[in-house]
Amino acid sequence: MRAICLYLHIHQPIRYREYSIFEVGNNSNYFNDDYYNRQSNERIFRKVTEKSYRPMLDLLEKNMEKYPGFKVSLSITGTWLDQAEKWAPELIAQIKRMVDRGQAEIVGETYYHSLAYFYNLDEFNAQVDLHTHKIQEIFGVTPKIFRNTELAYNDSLAHWAEAKGYKGILAEGWDKILGWRSPNYVYRPAGCQNLKLLLKNYRLSDDIAFRFSNRDWSEWPLTVPKYHNWLDMDCLRGPLVNLFMDFETFGEHQWADTGIFDFMNTLIPAWLGEYENKFVTVSEACDLMPASDEISMPETITWADTERDLSAWLSNSLQSAAMNEIYALRDQILATNDKDLIRDWRYLTTSDHPYSMCTKYWHDGDVHAYFSAYASPYESFMYFENVLRDIEYRLSTSAEENKF
Amino acid sequence: MLGWELPPHNSGGLGIACINMAKALAREGADIDFVLPYETEHETYDFMQVLSATHLDPIYRYGGGAYESLRLLEKIIPTNEKNKLVSIRDIQKTYSEFIEKYLMDFKPDLVHAHDWLTYEAGILAKKNFDLPLVAHVHATEFDRAGMRFGNPLIHEIESEGLMLADRIIAVSEATKRLIHEKYHIPLNKIDVVYNSLDENYDLNQYNFNNDSYQYLSKLKEAGYTIVSTVGRFTVQKGLQHLMRSAARAIAKNPKIIFIFAGDGEERNELVQLSADLGISKNVIFTGFIRGKKLRDIYSISDIFVMSSISEPFGLTALEAAHHANAIILTKQSGVSEVIWSAMKYDFWDEQKLADEILAISNNPALYQALRDNVKNEYHRISWNQVAKKCLKIYNKTMKHKGIN
Repeated sequence: MRAICLYLHIHQPIRYREYSIFEVGNNSNYFNDDYYNRQSNERIFRKVTEKSYRPMLDLLEKNMEKYPGFKVSLSITGTWLDQAEKWAPELIAQIKRMVDRGQAEIVGETYYHSLAYFYNLDEFNAQVDLHTHKIQEIFGVTPKIFRNTELAYNDSLAHWAEAKGYKGILAEGWDKILGWRSPNYVYRPAGCQNLKLLLKNYRLSDDIAFRFSNRDWSEWPLTVPKYHNWLDMDCLRGPLVNLFMDFETFGEHQWADTGIFDFMNTLIPAWLGEYENKFVTVSEACDLMPASDEISMPETITWADTERDLSAWLSNSLQSAAMNEIYALRDQILATNDKDLIRDWRYLTTSDHPYSMCTKYWHDGDVHAYFSAYASPYESFMYFENVLRDIEYRLSTSAEENKF
Repeated sequence: MLGWELPPHNSGGLGIACINMAKALAREGADIDFVLPYETEHETYDFMQVLSATHLDPIYRYGGGAYESLRLLEKIIPTNEKNKLVSIRDIQKTYSEFIEKYLMDFKPDLVHAHDWLTYEAGILAKKNFDLPLVAHVHATEFDRAGMRFGNPLIHEIESEGLMLADRIIAVSEATKRLIHEKYHIPLNKIDVVYNSLDENYDLNQYNFNNDSYQYLSKLKEAGYTIVSTVGRFTVQKGLQHLMRSAARAIAKNPKIIFIFAGDGEERNELVQLSADLGISKNVIFTGFIRGKKLRDIYSISDIFVMSSISEPFGLTALEAAHHANAIILTKQSGVSEVIWSAMKYDFWDEQKLADEILAISNNPALYQALRDNVKNEYHRISWNQVAKKCLKIYNKTMKHKGIN
């Protein structure tokens, strides 16, 4: 038996617009930029819908209809669902159909795609519960497997997940941790009894997610026979290949004209064509085999950059200032019971915001600059702080109201 | 090399750029004769020969203005040249005659002409002596006129010089684009060579002592933020926009002081404007300053603003960066092409500039990040690289002309 566990992450942040300090106290609309402006969430969402969400969901659904053995796992953030409900509700209906067929599994995470775990455990729990309720409400299922934002994982998170009743948890299969071991097995997090750990096969995942269209790559162009051969070779190390990637890999990071959709359309039947091969969801992967070994990650590991740590989100002083300030407001915000205020505040916890303040490779104009919605990390920080000033202003006015 | 000024008789960045470039070129093995339009007790340079085209006093190198009194002229112009050196055009003519005479006896490999003032002499060298001509553009008349049309005669000289030059060196991509668009020069004839910080800037004995601006030091202790700008007070520098932004910023945070260092024809207008806006208490005019006094201004200020409507390069931004200022640049400045760790705005966007000033003065984390990160950047551009690039351009030009 050999299995591919294909897991795709669907997320869009709610970006704050270029919110001026002169608007603080006068205008609390931070998230709805004019349609043609740089930070228009609606424009970006509709663009990615056409380029990626719609064609890829169509591709997945068609393959599910044709091949009952084809399965996929999806993690869908609350901020994505909030936007899809407004601008593309048919996408949600489509995912629901796949879940109903039993060929798609939904993975649990924080509603707001936040790094709350590292700042405030109560807030983290609250956001995970919000997400669980939302998934139950829309899809009628309860997530059994957990993934933390940016696949940020450590031993204590595993303990939390086990206590919370999850069956499994996802993490990066980083060589420094694995050593000679292969990510193609199911593991047990250190100190856990029942929780299973699934590790991303980052080489085979990144061949598709990052390198697929790179013409400087010696293996370009990547064909299905070639990739199939790599899968065969890799399966000699272990029977379970965990392909974890962003959903937007298909159509947005790798555009349609790179042939990425044809590649997937061909790969799925080619893989299933061999009698011993199958696709599994993340829950099924956990059930495939007993844990082969115990794995300990005392330090936090993520799926980003070559460092695989949190430095893209939380390393510089801008990022720490922004995050410390936002989490420090939590008790006051919740005490207002003001639904809009609480929601706006939670939108600001999304990890994409500190990511856009990353100065690590800023002058080299690399991937961070490319994916940022802002002209520079400094501007992103400036607008974030301005929004925060207005949140504080609303806090003070609602405190006034409560007095009377 | 044909130039119009060298320190200490420089009115701006041109002279500083020329001397640093010449010095670095000489280090790379170039043998340079530098021709000036005035005569002075120059500190002698061991790396090049300085020649004077006239016996004029340095002060008079730009000619008499239309309103200069005859009595003043009589005082300044040596009696033997009284009739032929009244206007800048006369001086340029004499300069060209000197070049002609000089080239009778001596044949350099190449002529490098800095800005329109020397282009006529450069053209003469090319036409009459068949020497390869490199025209270096530090600024065009469009820049000096704040992107309005400016002086048609100067345009004509610039046009002719750029057209006839074998190669053109522009100090930024912005200048290169402008040369292409306004003077219709093909892009492949233009190379971009960025300026760098004066290399003595690090070595020079400079110690900031807090007493130089006691009043400002006191204000800083009281929590004031000092914002400075340095340059000629002329329409090109966009100072009226800066003044209006200052008023907006001060309305939000009265603890900001703006220093306008420099002088020029806009001075009275600016003083009037600050009074009209009701912020004269927060605005300080220093008059023209240089040397230690200027460095003291950089040292005491927290934020440096380059508000230019058009700025081919903008050396002062690098100087301010060296003195650990947080830098704000207009997107229209050439230096913004090489400095990433800075806030940027469009010269007309007074609200955004006010936003940026307020953000830096209100957020210590942002202030610290900007001033720390910019330090890692301006060091990366050095005059040695400039010289190497110039030599490559020289060789290319000479090869093209069949000289080796």
